[in-house]
Amino acid sequence: MSAVMSIKSMSIKFATPRGLLEAVRDVSIDIPAGSSVGIVGESGSGKTVLSRAAMGLLSGSNVQREGKIVFDGKELSAMTREQVRNEFGTGMAMIFQDPMTALNPVRRIGAQLAESLQIRLGMDKKAAKIRSAELLALVRIPDPEAMLRKFPYQLSGGMRQRVMIAIAISCNPKLLFADEPTTALDVTVQSQILQLLSELRRDLNMSMVLVTHDLGVVAGNTDYVAVMYAGEIVEQASTVDLFANMKMPYTEALLNSIPKINMQSGARLQVIEGRLPDPTQRPSGCGFAARCSYVQAKCTAEHPPLVDAGNGHLYRCWFPLGNTIARKQ
Amino acid sequence: MAGSGTAHLRNNDEVVLDVRDLVVEFRVGSGLVVKAVSKISFDVCRGETLAIVGESGCGKTTLGKAILQLPPPNSGDVIFEGTNLTKLPKEQLRSARTAIQMVFQDPISSLDPRMTVREIVDEPLWIWGRGSEAEREVKVRELLNNVGLEPELVLNRRSYEFSGGQCQRISIARSLALEPRMLICDEPVSALDVSIQAQILNLLQDMKDRYGLTMVFISHDLAVVKAVSNRIMVMYLGKICEVGSPDVIYSKPAHHYTSALLDSVPVPDPTRKQAAISLQGEPPSPVAPPSGCRFRTRCPAATEKCAAEEPQLREVALDQFVACHHPRV
Repeated sequence: MSAVMSIKSMSIKFATPRGLLEAVRDVSIDIPAGSSVGIVGESGSGKTVLSRAAMGLLSGSNVQREGKIVFDGKELSAMTREQVRNEFGTGMAMIFQDPMTALNPVRRIGAQLAESLQIRLGMDKKAAKIRSAELLALVRIPDPEAMLRKFPYQLSGGMRQRVMIAIAISCNPKLLFADEPTTALDVTVQSQILQLLSELRRDLNMSMVLVTHDLGVVAGNTDYVAVMYAGEIVEQASTVDLFANMKMPYTEALLNSIPKINMQSGARLQVIEGRLPDPTQRPSGCGFAARCSYVQAKCTAEHPPLVDAGNGHLYRCWFPLGNTIARKQ
Repeated sequence: MAGSGTAHLRNNDEVVLDVRDLVVEFRVGSGLVVKAVSKISFDVCRGETLAIVGESGCGKTTLGKAILQLPPPNSGDVIFEGTNLTKLPKEQLRSARTAIQMVFQDPISSLDPRMTVREIVDEPLWIWGRGSEAEREVKVRELLNNVGLEPELVLNRRSYEFSGGQCQRISIARSLALEPRMLICDEPVSALDVSIQAQILNLLQDMKDRYGLTMVFISHDLAVVKAVSNRIMVMYLGKICEVGSPDVIYSKPAHHYTSALLDSVPVPDPTRKQAAISLQGEPPSPVAPPSGCRFRTRCPAATEKCAAEEPQLREVALDQFVACHHPRV
């Protein structure tokens, strides 16, 4: 299967007053064409920095980048800012976590939708308006004509996110980045938006990267998953394989911390004790060792490499789950 | 939903908070009125955690604040430990309110960025003149310890130096400073990562046991609520749909809305097909709520009777009350 995007040994460091902050460390990942890839991790795991870098949205004198990004046969990492910008809309598009701040509060929905149609696809004003209404209908907004005249503040969070999606798909992108697209929304609206995204993906033959902290969201909506911890990929597999043969204690801990409907009322939730290591001073061993309930002496001494369990299931652990290692109590 | 009625009230000696026929409306200009909370009655027993669940805009936050008379409701009674808060003169209300404290949704914006953690937690004690400065310092340290923060490390820092989870711990310490008997938590974990959510939910349980609190827990997520509550109240558009014990409601939801909410919770299992979305669209405007049952416009089982007659809460199983003409059980 060909990859629409391929990221090779990417590292991203930020120069900060406290020293170099290593946000992403040696990450390689392919986004197969037509598939949906989930990137999962806690706040601070580097998942947003990774996706921003993949879109060429990181800049500034304090950013140090290494590695190679190939998108649609072109080397994105070697392009100028202007050239990368030309890929937006028709090549890549993105939707963000907070649909209120991502939309311009003083412009009507119609103007914000028509903008990319006119600039990218060269439509005239009238054609852009007709297409805008079609796009709003495509994301299941009732009465699209009326919606064109509204301002973002007049819409609910779910409606704003639908508008964001309409803007993102307006120029038929090959790859859609969705960074926590449903985190700010209610569960009922979340399930609607996730279903909408997978239908659009199928109908428009789009690939998608879904960045989230919730393994529950990933389960029903992706084909592949990469779990990130402290800037590294610690486990990567097809979604079905990841949930069936979990290798990494961190992935298991993330899964166990999700509140479930069928748990006993009054039961204690399992938590991941402690917090992510300081990104300016990484531990020499496994980044998760200090919080891992299976930790061994080797874990704190040596950094585990990313190994393949066969069938492309990658994990970064000296003592993966499913082996006969006694759990430390 | 849509229901009114008092069948679910318990009228025993253990009732700490008794809310009767509470109405909160906001005038929004042009003679329009937002009917945020429409004649809601409920009670909370000592040591109980009541979860109020519903989508954005259902009036759950307004209801939580109306208990504290923030702002005072348009009509109805809020009887806390035998005192009707709606009838108290201002100064007595201020003093009565120290027994009920609130934890807010956004932990970062609910803390003053210019105050140190010591000042934030000490402020309620200082305002109410609880002890000398030395005594208050001891109390502040004890509170911070209890919520899992190291006093030495945090006392002189400000809120922006902390993560969301830590800020929520500080908020909880502050809310416990006056030794309240009731805690109202308004979406205390919805702004947090799943792994941090579990920590805060467990902390709230611990604090409830340690301080003997009665809690009202407001959330849009039925999965989050399951772990912490003894009783659940599902709201829709300012009315109660269903009230009862979590075990019954989760296993056999009687209201179509409750069942739709349960179906929306993402399941972390890729092999399980997500239930088809039973809830389309968004709630109608609270300015002009539908006649009869307010849920009928989105309900799969709606009939003419639902438009004509408002359903009353009635018991359908032991400790399960539902306001629906065509309940699922």
